[in-house]
Amino acid sequence: MSDIYIVGIHMIDFGRHPNRTPGQLGAQAALEALDEADITIKDVQAVFSGSNYTTMIGQKILQQIGQTGVQIINLVNACSTGASAVRMAYTAIRAGEFDTVLCVGVEQMTGLGMLGGAVPGSIPTEGILGSATMPAVFGESGVEYAARTGATQADFAQVAVKNHYNATMNPKAFLRKETPLDMVLEAETIAWPLTKLMCSVNVDGAAAAVVMSEEQVKRRGLMDRAIRIRGSAMASAPWQERDPIMHDVNGPTRLAAQKAYAMAGVDPRDIDLVELHDCFASVELQHYENLSLCGEGEGVKLIRDGSTELTGSIPVNASGGLLSKGHPIAATGIANMYEIALHLRGQAGERQIRGAKIGMTHVVGLGTSAAVHILEKA
Amino acid sequence: MNVVTQAPKPAFPFILLDASGQPSLIAQKCTACGATYADSERVACGRCGGRADVLETFLPATEGTLHSAVIVRRGFPGVDVPFISAVVDLDGGPTIKGTLRNTAGFEPDHAAPGQRVRVRFDDALGRKDKAGGSYIAHYFEPIPA
Repeated sequence: MSDIYIVGIHMIDFGRHPNRTPGQLGAQAALEALDEADITIKDVQAVFSGSNYTTMIGQKILQQIGQTGVQIINLVNACSTGASAVRMAYTAIRAGEFDTVLCVGVEQMTGLGMLGGAVPGSIPTEGILGSATMPAVFGESGVEYAARTGATQADFAQVAVKNHYNATMNPKAFLRKETPLDMVLEAETIAWPLTKLMCSVNVDGAAAAVVMSEEQVKRRGLMDRAIRIRGSAMASAPWQERDPIMHDVNGPTRLAAQKAYAMAGVDPRDIDLVELHDCFASVELQHYENLSLCGEGEGVKLIRDGSTELTGSIPVNASGGLLSKGHPIAATGIANMYEIALHLRGQAGERQIRGAKIGMTHVVGLGTSAAVHILEKA
Repeated sequence: MNVVTQAPKPAFPFILLDASGQPSLIAQKCTACGATYADSERVACGRCGGRADVLETFLPATEGTLHSAVIVRRGFPGVDVPFISAVVDLDGGPTIKGTLRNTAGFEPDHAAPGQRVRVRFDDALGRKDKAGGSYIAHYFEPIPA
């Protein structure tokens, strides 16, 4: 079976873009990805695009860069939206329908305020039905993890310290400031144990990727920049006694990771670096275990002994993670792949993980949908 | 001014008010696989796929164990903070979410997983619907050790 590759990938600077439309943000990312792949919009046979806050985003992008009349499918799949687009490109190419597909994720989120699902009903339920804010929901998941493993608030805070430090070397990140442990712990408490510096920020952002069949990559001579998709897997939440009263982000991540490892034929020890879904600091430790980067209950050890720092045995979120880049929901999945692509190509600058050959990306959106990809330099 | 004198309504589908207005919890259990749900009108079982005819209604325990909780200090605009958002495993199921009150305060020790809690019913913080109707909600309170 021939392989499928990412041959162009880009994320715009995440942050505040008040004077651009979502279509323009997506167009900017898409053009950079097309340029890197040395193709034009006229070579693209299908578009998988996503946004949680803008409808028909793919059409809005092509209205900017070229209305070629190709099939566009717009996705709304929470925080897994961008990765879902790449997954759909992968399966569509695998099916033989297309050989060149554009994937884009876009979000314009400045000013949205704290996210969380309002419970439908006759009266507002916040404060009665506990809290539906994302910091509360993820905080509850973190407290559950802490009760099981002995993780402390300081362990969670250390994730923010690490990721914010990494971002000082990432010019595309929104927050590029070191945050020592006491600063993280003393920041405003949003939902204990999470302080403000342990929460990702709503930003405007876009990311895009060009996915291509092996035959097409070879024909166009693009193997020098190609990133092989060795594993591409998604999962929803398997039944679990508390889900969805308490959303389970662990089960779907585990299922997707197991499928991706099996598909790629690699072992967790083969992974050189990981970009995972640290929408809140606490959940990074949970995902160390969910992605089998360590054994059960050992996530705390990984942060305490520095294993996931840039110089550690399995660097996690070298980009600075969602905690630093910001989290434009639908763009995040592709942005995580962009970071891995930089390292696999040796283009990550100061934060480069030397000799990186295989990387993993992960996102998980509440509701729930998880996506894991295993990428390798061709 | 019109004075509305209608009886309070349950705030959630897992609260039942009897003819005299006495509240209790109501839930569903799958007789095929044992899964429990904080609901009264499920279409089918989310665990085994059993159809509605295998789901039976039951009155769950009003005591349970705190599974997880956070102290909410910044909420949505207009919502008073702090409060404790809690996930509780009722004895015999199901799990329900709610607000933990009558604790000693708002320190992590006051909302520690494993703590025993009971369910109390009370007015839904004075919130009313557009017709002026009031609602009965559930709250968790610690059971002193």
